[in-house]
Amino acid sequence: MTPPSVQSGPFLSVRDLQVRFATEDGVVRAVDGLSFDLRRGQTLGIVGESGSGKSVTSLAVLGMHDRSRTTVTGRVTFDGTELIDATEKQLQSLRGNRIAMIFQDPLTALSPYYTIGAQIAETYRRHTGASRSAARARAVDLLGRVGIAAPGRRADDYPHEFSGGMRQRAMIAMSLVCDPDLLIADEPTTALDVTVQAQILDLLGDLQREFDTAIILITHDLGVVANTAHEVLVMYAGRAVEHGATQQVLTRPRHPYTEGLLRSVPRLHSDVDEPLVPIPGSPPSLLAVPAGCPFHPRCAHRERVPGDDCVTRRPALAEVGHAAACHLPEEPREVLAQQHLQP
Amino acid sequence: MLRFLVRRVLGAVLILFVISAVTFFLFFALPSDPARLSCGKGCTPELLATIHHNLGIDRPLPEQYWSFLTGIFAGRDFDGQWCSAPCLGFSFVNHQPVLDTLLNRFPATLSVALGAAALMLTVGVGLGLIAALRRGKTVDKVSMAACLVGASVQIYFFGIIARYLLVDELQWLPQPGYTSPFAAPGAWFGGMVLPWITLTVVNAATYARYTRSSMVDTLGEDYVRTARAKGLSSWGVYIRHAWRGAMTPVVTTFGIDLGLFLGGALITETTFNIHGIGKLAVDSVANSDLPMIMGTVLVAATAMVLASIAVDACYAVIDPRVRLR
Repeated sequence: MTPPSVQSGPFLSVRDLQVRFATEDGVVRAVDGLSFDLRRGQTLGIVGESGSGKSVTSLAVLGMHDRSRTTVTGRVTFDGTELIDATEKQLQSLRGNRIAMIFQDPLTALSPYYTIGAQIAETYRRHTGASRSAARARAVDLLGRVGIAAPGRRADDYPHEFSGGMRQRAMIAMSLVCDPDLLIADEPTTALDVTVQAQILDLLGDLQREFDTAIILITHDLGVVANTAHEVLVMYAGRAVEHGATQQVLTRPRHPYTEGLLRSVPRLHSDVDEPLVPIPGSPPSLLAVPAGCPFHPRCAHRERVPGDDCVTRRPALAEVGHAAACHLPEEPREVLAQQHLQP
Repeated sequence: MLRFLVRRVLGAVLILFVISAVTFFLFFALPSDPARLSCGKGCTPELLATIHHNLGIDRPLPEQYWSFLTGIFAGRDFDGQWCSAPCLGFSFVNHQPVLDTLLNRFPATLSVALGAAALMLTVGVGLGLIAALRRGKTVDKVSMAACLVGASVQIYFFGIIARYLLVDELQWLPQPGYTSPFAAPGAWFGGMVLPWITLTVVNAATYARYTRSSMVDTLGEDYVRTARAKGLSSWGVYIRHAWRGAMTPVVTTFGIDLGLFLGGALITETTFNIHGIGKLAVDSVANSDLPMIMGTVLVAATAMVLASIAVDACYAVIDPRVRLR
């Protein structure tokens, strides 16, 4: 019998990730028991409102949190390497090399003081030790591949000489320069206008097919996820509330929060006078997350749950299949799903 | 770039013109009479009038100022004694050409200024960087407290105590003073150490605090997070990426201080009896020596405007978004 190979398991595995910040007002549980798996070449969309713990998750995976005031526990296994207790040196050799990140606002995320080409070449030289000229050639090559015209000339431009969409293309080129196995894109299209958004998402998809890169796509926009992600994880108050294949989650949501998010998205085919339904209330403070199900104060379906489970018992999320952390029995949940069967 | 230089140099000339005019007319607004000093005890009104005439201060003010200006560009005749351009006139006190005295005094000022500037920049920025990287830790608290103390003491207090302790009592340092670095480099260095240390102790705090706060701000910038996400070492992130962005306020302050120093560190030069521009300015004010006052003021003003042009040029070097026009 052959021993189980590391390669056969999931490529990125996150188990019971907890991220806590000490603040003056108390302990913030920014991420509270998050688990997911990701395979090569797949895209996982992490969706949630501001402060739901999406970005904190991505920074914690790379060990980029402020270590003096943050506690991270749980397990993050990347291709056989445990990342949570990895040394800063180990993480530095992974960052930008095997795990790359793209940030929301490419204007502020790129240094204003160095040319685009130099910033891309810097990552490449750091991880490959390539010569200046080889690194520059590589930078120019990647700028061309992400669709920047005259890349040889534009490599010598500074970020402020690029348009918003081109900056994000350059950012993507920078993240791909070392052929990473995992790309974490934190709201990559939020700062861009809609037509450019679509181009950037298409580009990410093309590059993913070309390089077989796994992508974690962090966004608050379900529309972005619908067209790009294979799986979706919906986060609320630092916890995963629903997880499943994109198609299933978006058409048959099993958690009232996901359903609420879907209702608040405008649809092209719906009547213009059909009102958008926002979720009442606002996300809880992470200093005082409600007991039981954290969503219960805003939930429209609470009465359908017999007893006071919603208030007292924290619903668990199954680790397989299309799962939702909700106390609703199956029957009313089917009703919840029915409402979204029609596009 | 050329347009920037032409524009700024023209501006500088205008500023110098205004400053010289203001100094000139302010001098005559003072109640003191420069002729009194050379007139001595047995002064009669007739003698005083003769001296006034000899010094050329009996003529109308605009006329005097005009002579002063034309002297700078075309040279000037002083009762048969020709003073070639650029002529700043002769001292009322020792009757030496002002320009010669200034040129003679400038190396001492330059020595104090450059050495002190280099030392205080190194110490201040170094402390600030360390404090920023270790913020909240003991190193940060101790160095910031030390900066507060340093910024609070005065040159004439610290300088005199340090001189007493290090020179007179412990004899670790030679007497401060200026000797030509070309004639005796060792003596030059020894004589300059105390003024440099004093100016550093008093001024480095500003640099440490600016560097620290500016570094702390910059470390929170998105592009610094990007630099970390690229896998750069902590050193690469701090120095190559964060520091570059944090330098601007430091450069601004440094330009002003360097300009001030080059114009003569008045208190330092007086405290350590260094015969530079600063001490010359203090002495000529005490003696109502108008041509010498004009000369020292022009040196100080020129140093200041040149420093500000250099600062603006530095911005463009540091930050590619800044365009010089």
